Amino acid sequence: MSPENYLYLAALLFTLGACGVLLRRNAIVVFMSIELMLNAANLALVAFSRMHGNLDGQIMAFFVMVVAAAEVVVGLAIIVMVYRARHSASVDDASLMKL
Amino acid sequence: MESLIGLLVGAPLFGAAVLLLGGRRLDRVGHWLATGLAAVSFVLAVVLFFDLLEKEGEDRALHQHLFSWVPVADFQADVAFQLDQLSMTFVLLITSVGTLIHLYSVGYMEHDERRRRFFAYLNLFLGAMLLLVLADNYLLLYVGWEGVGLASFLLIGFWQHKPTAATAAKKAFVVNRVGDVGLAIAILLMFTTFGSFAFEPVLGSATEASEATLTGIGLMLLLAACGKSAQVPLQSWLGDAMEGPTPVSALIHAATMVTAGVYLITRSGAIFNAAPDAQTVVVVVGAVTLLFGAIVGCAKDDIKKALAGSTMSQIGYMMLATGLGPIGYVFAIMHLVTHGFFKAGLFLGAGSVMHGMNDEVDMRRYGGLRKHMPITFVTFGLAYLAIIGFPYLSGFFSKDEIIYAGFSKGGTEGWILGGVMLLGAALTAYYMTRIMLMTFFGEKRWQPDANGHEPHPHESPLSMTIPMIVLAFGSVFAGFLFDSGEAFVHWLEPVTGLEHGDSPVSHGTVGLAATGVMLLGVAGAWWQYGRRPVPAVAPTGGLLTRAARRDLLQDDFNHAAFVTPGNYLTRGLVYLDHKLVDGVVNGTAASFGGLSGRLRRIQNGFARSYAVSMFGGAALLVAATLLMRAV
Amino acid sequence: MSFPLLTATALTPAIGAIVTAAVPAARRTAAKWLALLFSLATAGFAAAVLLRFDTGDGADRFQLTESRSWIEDFGVRYELGVDGIGVAMIALTAVLIPFLIGAGWNDADPKEGQTPATRWRPTQGFFALILAVEAMVILSFAATDVFLFYIFFEAMLIPMYFLIGGFGDRAGEQGEEGQARQRSYAAVKFLLYNLAGGLIMLAAVIGLYIATADQLDAGTFSLQAILDARASGDLELATGTERWLFLGFFIAFAIKAPLWPVHTWLPNAMGESTAPVAVLITAVVDKVGTFAMLRFCLGLFPEASEWATPVVITLALVSIIYGALLALGQRDMKRLIAYASVSHFGFIVLGIFAMTSQGQGGATLYMINHGIATAALMLVAGFLISRRGSRLIADYGGVQKTAPMLAGTFLIGGLATLSLPGTGPFVSEFLVLVGTFSRYEVAGIIACSGIVLAALYVLVLYQRTMTGPLKEGLEKLPDLKVRELAVVGPLIGLLLFLGVYPKPLTDIVNPAVEHTLSDVEQTDPQPHVPEVEATRE
Repeated sequence: MSPENYLYLAALLFTLGACGVLLRRNAIVVFMSIELMLNAANLALVAFSRMHGNLDGQIMAFFVMVVAAAEVVVGLAIIVMVYRARHSASVDDASLMKL
Repeated sequence: MESLIGLLVGAPLFGAAVLLLGGRRLDRVGHWLATGLAAVSFVLAVVLFFDLLEKEGEDRALHQHLFSWVPVADFQADVAFQLDQLSMTFVLLITSVGTLIHLYSVGYMEHDERRRRFFAYLNLFLGAMLLLVLADNYLLLYVGWEGVGLASFLLIGFWQHKPTAATAAKKAFVVNRVGDVGLAIAILLMFTTFGSFAFEPVLGSATEASEATLTGIGLMLLLAACGKSAQVPLQSWLGDAMEGPTPVSALIHAATMVTAGVYLITRSGAIFNAAPDAQTVVVVVGAVTLLFGAIVGCAKDDIKKALAGSTMSQIGYMMLATGLGPIGYVFAIMHLVTHGFFKAGLFLGAGSVMHGMNDEVDMRRYGGLRKHMPITFVTFGLAYLAIIGFPYLSGFFSKDEIIYAGFSKGGTEGWILGGVMLLGAALTAYYMTRIMLMTFFGEKRWQPDANGHEPHPHESPLSMTIPMIVLAFGSVFAGFLFDSGEAFVHWLEPVTGLEHGDSPVSHGTVGLAATGVMLLGVAGAWWQYGRRPVPAVAPTGGLLTRAARRDLLQDDFNHAAFVTPGNYLTRGLVYLDHKLVDGVVNGTAASFGGLSGRLRRIQNGFARSYAVSMFGGAALLVAATLLMRAV
Repeated sequence: MSFPLLTATALTPAIGAIVTAAVPAARRTAAKWLALLFSLATAGFAAAVLLRFDTGDGADRFQLTESRSWIEDFGVRYELGVDGIGVAMIALTAVLIPFLIGAGWNDADPKEGQTPATRWRPTQGFFALILAVEAMVILSFAATDVFLFYIFFEAMLIPMYFLIGGFGDRAGEQGEEGQARQRSYAAVKFLLYNLAGGLIMLAAVIGLYIATADQLDAGTFSLQAILDARASGDLELATGTERWLFLGFFIAFAIKAPLWPVHTWLPNAMGESTAPVAVLITAVVDKVGTFAMLRFCLGLFPEASEWATPVVITLALVSIIYGALLALGQRDMKRLIAYASVSHFGFIVLGIFAMTSQGQGGATLYMINHGIATAALMLVAGFLISRRGSRLIADYGGVQKTAPMLAGTFLIGGLATLSLPGTGPFVSEFLVLVGTFSRYEVAGIIACSGIVLAALYVLVLYQRTMTGPLKEGLEKLPDLKVRELAVVGPLIGLLLFLGVYPKPLTDIVNPAVEHTLSDVEQTDPQPHVPEVEATRE
């Protein structure tokens, strides 16, 4: 099987994730979609690594995983806090990011 | 001897500075100090006069170079004086009449709390006027020219609390400034043509310039002369200038300053002689003004304004004479000197009358004053006889010479000019007789004023009557002195040149004709004002009378042509400056503000819309990258 | 190296600004005296500059030069030096500032009933800002490095902004708040206008550097180096480049000057600020604009200057007439004086671009005389306004009756403004007219009409405020106090002196003008005579 197909899969996953971020209101689902996009990127990196025959891509993927893990920790905490404060996990309710 | 010239100019200027800076301390002696300094100038002038007499005719001139004033490359302006026969004549007139009027003012202004200032301004005027006639270049003359304008402004507006006086002062200055622009442009032209503006190089090489240039310079000088000498079309300020104290009217607006225009043209004779077109314009201006002033003078009931019309008319004679060229210069100056004496005398007489009549100026409220003011009556009467050209008084000689010169012009022009001047002479006799009859003859017509005070006409104090007597003496004998042996003509000839035209009528005929029309004028005035009592309220009168009372509509014309459009223009420009010029700037600023207001809307606070813009941006970047690779 | 006199002249007010600003809040009077002392010391240094300046034949063009390296990578140097024009302008600045401080002695005191907060020190700030402006103005007159000049040209906007926005007249009918709003509008307008100009100039400055870097061994901002390179033929700017660079410089200077149609900031700024600050704007700061035209526009871009002359002269003529007409239409006396200044700046620019000795010499004299004359007129107007609390002409009338000295000095200031012979401005105005007329006759004649208009607006102002019956509420108007007389008296004396004996000044200025003219390769037109022979041939 040619590695290109992995790239197509990665693109598909990324698009799905992007749609999830844009279309869903529930913060948890948005969050999961972001994870999906990150992993799509990981998949693409690993695929490139395979295609070019070096380990750079895999190393990058590890970094992404670590960053994603850290982000999940902070992000989930924020979502929980917001839920406690507003009794809602909808992203549209919290339109306070402006002056 | 030369160094005296600077002193002559400096003395009154020094007086003005001392009086203005000295403050209240000088209130009690200031007027005597000023009068003394004027007298010092007069004495110096006499000393210099005798010094000049000792020299030979051709080089009767003194020069004094004080310092280099504005040296910039080829532009070399000096403060330097030149005293020749022409200047000397003026200096003698200015200092003698000036001193007399200083003396007169001591009495006239006795009760004015700002008398010190008045004398400071009078001294300032004297200094500026002497500077004007003694300068040896046009730029320094310009300084004196505007200096007398300033003094005139200050003195016309001396009673500043009266809005009419303040307005008249401003008007005089601004109208004069229009004339001054003419002088400025003339100097500019001289500089670009001759590379200098001193009398000697300019007048010496005048014939080397083209006639067009000379005509230009001549017309610009004429514009200046029109402004200062109240000639048509810049005449409108003189009547209003009568708002000033009467000594001012006598000194500045009758005897000296207003004749500066005649001086300017006579001085620039070399330019005019080579520019016949400019001369023609001078003649026309003179002829028009001489009739204009006379007509206005016939209709005014305000004694000073009637005399102001007369001044205009007499200067018209002089102007006309200068326009005739070398056949007229000498007689223009001669008439100027005699006019200086008799007109100053008339004004001082008018001042004396006003002094005794609680400052009433309306002649319809005078009448029969000869019994109450005998000295005034006699001096005024002598000056009156002089101005109407009564045989063997000063005005007779000088005016006849001008009329004769007019006929000498030859051809149709000669007849027209002579005719106009004879008509002017008749009008002169008419309006002067009218003034005389309305003021000194007939029944008393004065009434109590609004506060119930009835004027008690009385003779003025000695300090006022002495100058009047001296001036009356001058009016009577000055012409006689000039005429005998033609000494005056020989005296001025080296400066102004002299030619004899070829007149179709003889001297004697002109004299007879002038006397004839004079008698006609007197008779006409007697017919209207002497035969029957003068009505205390002016009758409506014909169209011409009404127009003449309004100064032949000159102010109406100026208003319609300049003031009103000017007001609209400035108002329009203020509006435009605010709306258009400033509007563009503020508009630019506002459009930036509006743009940022719109852009702000994009920041709506919704996380997902930010995400959209992020994805959009990323997609654009990708697309751009791909496109770049494709190219 | 000899004693750095120019640096000392500029440093004195700079130090003065810091010291004055540091005075504690309660010691207001001490701050005033300190500011006066420092400004007088500056005047002393300026006098030394004047004395050390050599006007003899064969003297260097730029004297008292100082040169230190500063930003070597870009060829920026700390280079100072003055020619006759610079000396005259520095002298004007140094002379005027002490009078402005004296005139504004009480302008920045806390308002009545206002208890100043312990750390709030408006008085100290006011005088410190004035001294700061003085320092920067002197440096821009002395800088011979284009970049150095640019820095001070822009930097002086900052203290000026605060001076305009922070200090105003006694509140009139608009009330405190309305006035504050007007003031901040004026200050922002001033800043934006001048910043915009400065930005354009910055682009041109960088362009100049690139052009020099292209053709010389290394890029330079040094005026002397560029002039030398031009003279030797090493540096030849392409026509298009030169014109663009000229425009960049000229627009900045035209805004500063201000020339029509970029003048509208001046009436606002002068109207809203206190009289001394208004004088500071028009008599000192704006002069940097016209001065820089003379030194940088003509010196650096002679060909482009000649190319732009017709347009510039037209703008100058429009400014003369337009400014005068608008002055006539004003109801606010400070704005009237501001528009009169626009008219006068037209004369200055006209003289500069007439490219004759008389024109440029006259323009330089004009800058000085206008500075002093406007100072005299504006400061007296300020004294009057501070007494009544209104700037409207209609609120006054008959003032000469209660305050004859005030009216008298006002009249003399006004007469100087309308260029009466015997006062300094006459000499300069006539020189400008002569210089213009000898090359462009029509322009000269049009400019002459400014003479009449000036008489009109000055005398109308005088008539409406000082003469006629006394207006209600002015019965107890006090006459000039000793301090005010001490401020106005010497200025009037100076005006009369410069009108009667301007030779010391022309002696200083003439050689510099000759140099500038040789930069632009122009000579004075010669007289036409004898014309008759010419036409015969």
